Amino acid sequence: MARRLTFQQAINEALDQEMARDESVIVMGEDVAGGQGTEGEMDAWGGVLGVTKGLYAKHGDRVMDTPISESAFIGAAIGAATSGLRPVVELMFNDFLGVCFDQIFNQAAKFRYMFGGKAETPVVIRTMIGSGFRAAAQHSQSLYSIFTHIPGLKCVVPSTPYDAKGLLIEAIRDNDPVIFFEHKKLYPLEGEVPQELYTIPFGEAEVVREGDDVTIITLAEMVHESLKAAETMAKDGVECEVIDLRTTSPLDEETLLDSVASTGRVVVVDEANPRCSIATDISALIVQNAFDKLKAPIRMVTAPHTPVPFADNLEDLYKPNAEKIASAVREVSEYKAWKATASTS
Amino acid sequence: MESDSIHKLTMPKWGLSMTHGKIIEWLVPEGAEVSAGAEVLEVETEKITGCVESSTGGTLRRQVAKLDQDVPIGGLLAVVADPSVSDNEIDRFVEGFVLEESCDESAADDIAPEFVEVGGRRLRYLKQGEGGQPVVLIHGFTGSLDNWLFNHAALAQQRTVYALDLPGHGQSSKDVGDGSLDMLIGALQDWLDELSLSRVHLVGHSLGGAVALGVALRSPDRVRSCTLIASAALGPEIDADYIDGVVEANRRKQLKPFLERLFADPSRVTRQLVDDLLKFKRVDGVPDALRKLSKNFVANGKQVSVFRSELDQLQSPTQAIWGEEDQIIPASHGAGLPDLISVELLANCGHMVQMEAAREVNQLVLSFLEKAE
Repeated sequence: MARRLTFQQAINEALDQEMARDESVIVMGEDVAGGQGTEGEMDAWGGVLGVTKGLYAKHGDRVMDTPISESAFIGAAIGAATSGLRPVVELMFNDFLGVCFDQIFNQAAKFRYMFGGKAETPVVIRTMIGSGFRAAAQHSQSLYSIFTHIPGLKCVVPSTPYDAKGLLIEAIRDNDPVIFFEHKKLYPLEGEVPQELYTIPFGEAEVVREGDDVTIITLAEMVHESLKAAETMAKDGVECEVIDLRTTSPLDEETLLDSVASTGRVVVVDEANPRCSIATDISALIVQNAFDKLKAPIRMVTAPHTPVPFADNLEDLYKPNAEKIASAVREVSEYKAWKATASTS
Repeated sequence: MESDSIHKLTMPKWGLSMTHGKIIEWLVPEGAEVSAGAEVLEVETEKITGCVESSTGGTLRRQVAKLDQDVPIGGLLAVVADPSVSDNEIDRFVEGFVLEESCDESAADDIAPEFVEVGGRRLRYLKQGEGGQPVVLIHGFTGSLDNWLFNHAALAQQRTVYALDLPGHGQSSKDVGDGSLDMLIGALQDWLDELSLSRVHLVGHSLGGAVALGVALRSPDRVRSCTLIASAALGPEIDADYIDGVVEANRRKQLKPFLERLFADPSRVTRQLVDDLLKFKRVDGVPDALRKLSKNFVANGKQVSVFRSELDQLQSPTQAIWGEEDQIIPASHGAGLPDLISVELLANCGHMVQMEAAREVNQLVLSFLEKAE
């Protein structure tokens, strides 16, 4: 019987088991070992939300606390990766990645290419995304689209405990830089997770619900909101196919286009801001490759083009939810093309 | 709660992870006669769809569970009673029904799988039932002890029944050595030794049938009887394309058509069944183990090991059970076996006959065991 673990425990177990399997795997970041008020010997904190708790006691100095200097320790991790280690470096909130853009965009992402394929950078950067925590504009963004834009980076955005473990192990074993985005709202989510080590290949989207009427394409926490919306719509006789991207780079175009070919109606759901986003990227992909299959305009359910508000009521308004998704599904499912309308009037 | 005249049908527990089941179809209308063992309704679990049977004969007086309703294990599905029982009494019975949750939980705790270290490998097994002469269930290629979800508990009502995960399978160690049938046979013998099971009834499905046969031929003193279900090693033919397919396919879409060949009714292949195999194939060591095993199992489109010429050396009672529509290993392998081997063919069943016709297979195995004892 597969055990039930939380999303957070699944990540911890992936790190623990990979560290036990492969000595070159190290963990670095702010407070990942000792943490607040200790000198790194007490294994007190395990990162800001305790994801790496317990690793220091088991793996000792391979779990390293770093100073509060993101540009320095991300650079150090990338350097360590080029010289034989497999660092998994935690950068608390993805909102802070801005201070180490050069190390990520221009160094790690380019090494393989600039050195004629002779350099590998097997680094994993773990970082938290997501709104809904009343944590205001600088701790609540979902910035995966920025990293998806850069060739040379792989971007992973899991939505379940099972996927989190399998994708993180795949990320650690991958020889390219991987940014691993963890939605903090998912940390307490429970699900069945095998004890054994396993990997989930990048670039394989998961069809989490099958349906013939409308395709909902989504990722991270919005997978769960989309499933709720699909449940609601099923009561009205509209069957949604819900696709979880799992990785935004590489992107599983085939699964998306196959589904669109069978439904012809698409809603893309993304918690991030709408411009130059995963939602626009997917929409463009579909329009370019499956325009003749579409029976209705694509609807995007996203946050508005504003920072994440701090006020409770505004943040609730900002964030996509099952209700908004269901209403978009209803709209595309009821849409009739002009010709059809004309012929009936 | 159950009186002599009123009988309840409750949600069964099929397999370890089942917690509830959904009512798909009523096969018997209210007011109709049912005989003991008749299939009354179809239930879908996360894993698979199965039929719930009446444990007794009588009139189906009440369909308590509604279509599409999710019912927990032990929950009331239907009431069977004699027509002489009044509707009021049936109403009172239904209203008074209490789900025995605590009982279910303790039962679930009792049947947790165990692990044992044998020959450097960790093997998982599940024991159900007590007493009698022990039975061991051996699954087939890419299977696991979960393949017996409709059989294990039913067979274990009056005896100890073990189901194990062969090396490379389920949650057992993924080290399969040279991947040979000899390795699997040796591993089963070592496991029997480790559990001090000196003589057992073996029930093997597909490749597991070949393993059972191997033990019966090599160590006849260990085997009381042998039941071979859609067994390998009784002839050279096999759907080699299926074997390659399940080894190499890594997406749900690719895998599903192969799994559909396992059943006469392809709609038996649920999403969860495909997912479970996909998840298994992602575990470290599994792809290598399956490749090694498959090379030793099937070469040039034929089964590598065929024991047909040695069957007259079998010393223990042996029976073969086949689904007539088996697409993986043809049911014709059940023809022309030595007279000592009884052969049962089941209509409208494919390779997973122990799932598709669980009730019939369970009855065949139980009555065969009784005779063999």
